[in-house]
Amino acid sequence: MMTTDPILDQIREHGEATYPEECCGFLLGTAGDENHVTALHQVPNRQEDQRTHRYTITPADYRTADAKASARGLDIVGIYHSHPDHPARPSETDLAEATFPGYTYVIVSVMEGTATDLTAWSLAPDRSTFHEQPVTVEAPRPST
Amino acid sequence: MATTTEQPSVTIRIPTPLRSYTNNQSIVEVNGATVQAALTDLIDTYPALKPHLYHDNGDLRSFVNIYVGDEDIRYLEGPQTALEEDTEVSIVPSIAGG
Repeated sequence: MMTTDPILDQIREHGEATYPEECCGFLLGTAGDENHVTALHQVPNRQEDQRTHRYTITPADYRTADAKASARGLDIVGIYHSHPDHPARPSETDLAEATFPGYTYVIVSVMEGTATDLTAWSLAPDRSTFHEQPVTVEAPRPST
Repeated sequence: MATTTEQPSVTIRIPTPLRSYTNNQSIVEVNGATVQAALTDLIDTYPALKPHLYHDNGDLRSFVNIYVGDEDIRYLEGPQTALEEDTEVSIVPSIAGG
């Protein structure tokens, strides 16, 4: 995926803010061979329990995010979540619950309350595994 | 005289990553008097969508929610929910992980 440092920082800050529970949200932008992420849409972790190692985003949250993205001329191109005190790699649960190939799945590791590694993944077309994507950082657009 | 049953024409909203299977269309026009018939028409037209929406046993994947307008079909008549002309059907994922 291609994005900016401020976007990556917002993901890290969200993960630190909800620690020791998982944070989650949508990546908004433009879809392509390399998804271009230009905005985030935070959502509450709707998981009822075990929020330290599970997250859930409801269909209602998806529809709200999709409407907000559309209003800005953007699409939902992925999802992010945090792994409190675990590495920034997809878990077995992440693979079992994976939705569609083409989404970018960003995972930020938050160790003892501090965000560390941040990685991006996509589900293989045959749904068997996640492949890591490079994270390309572009310069933020100058404010006018 | 042979009779033909006119199936209503409805639209299905496609989530962004699945548009690569629908010629990059975000909204696909299909025919179907029920949600099930409309989804069958969608899959017949774009068969590569099928493994991402359905399990091998033919059940919808648990994270795939189907909305008719603003209503989840689980709270309507499920796959047998009737569709009228120009109804908008949406494929809405619920997302989870660990």
